[in-house]
Amino acid sequence: MKLELRFFASLREALGISQEVIEVPEAVKTISDLRLHLIGRGNSWAEVLADGKVLRCALNQRMVDPNALLKEGAEVAFFPPVTGG
Amino acid sequence: MPNAYIRIQEGDFDLSTELAALRKSDPRVGAVVSFLGTVRDMNDGSQVKGMTLEHYPGMTEKALQEILDQAKTRWDIFQTLVIHRVGHLLPEDQIVLVAVTSAHRGEAFAACEFIMDYLKTAAPFWKKEDTPDGARWVDARVTDEAAMARWENT
Repeated sequence: MKLELRFFASLREALGISQEVIEVPEAVKTISDLRLHLIGRGNSWAEVLADGKVLRCALNQRMVDPNALLKEGAEVAFFPPVTGG
Repeated sequence: MPNAYIRIQEGDFDLSTELAALRKSDPRVGAVVSFLGTVRDMNDGSQVKGMTLEHYPGMTEKALQEILDQAKTRWDIFQTLVIHRVGHLLPEDQIVLVAVTSAHRGEAFAACEFIMDYLKTAAPFWKKEDTPDGARWVDARVTDEAAMARWENT
């Protein structure tokens, strides 16, 4: 499955990347599967996305919980809790 | 299509111009409530020299639209407006304006506070402050989550 990833704020800075297109294996079905898959890259990925880190995810530009199912071609964003206003 | 009632912009805005436009030609309006957020020069014990606001173009507008739609479902209100600035801002600068019109003040006060509380936790904006010790990302406040949660049981 092909996904477009987006990263914002402190995550973007720590990972040194704001977006990328990736192909994930069939076993990656949910947001939390994807998080684990990215942690598997090691280094800053393992650190920034580690289990204890509080972060938020959006699927096709809507905030979702970690159980949300991924879809072919989806835009998936990871970011820290928001601090606007 | 650009929405006149949701604006994300680098530039400043004029409060009275915006409020006048929001209630223009609508004689049903008897109440206009607005919230104006500005940049403080102190946060979490540090001096703040300025800040940079980042957002998620596309999602920001969708998230704000959803918040405004919810407010219109919950209260009998006429118009809603959100202007949020992004980019580099200095202490005393205006950051955000939320405004609501209605026939009576009660609905407008409640809806304005609701919109602001949801914006704080659901709209994808992030602040990075310049302090004497360097730049730092602002941490989300637990009190903001609590402010939003109280609307869920009312």
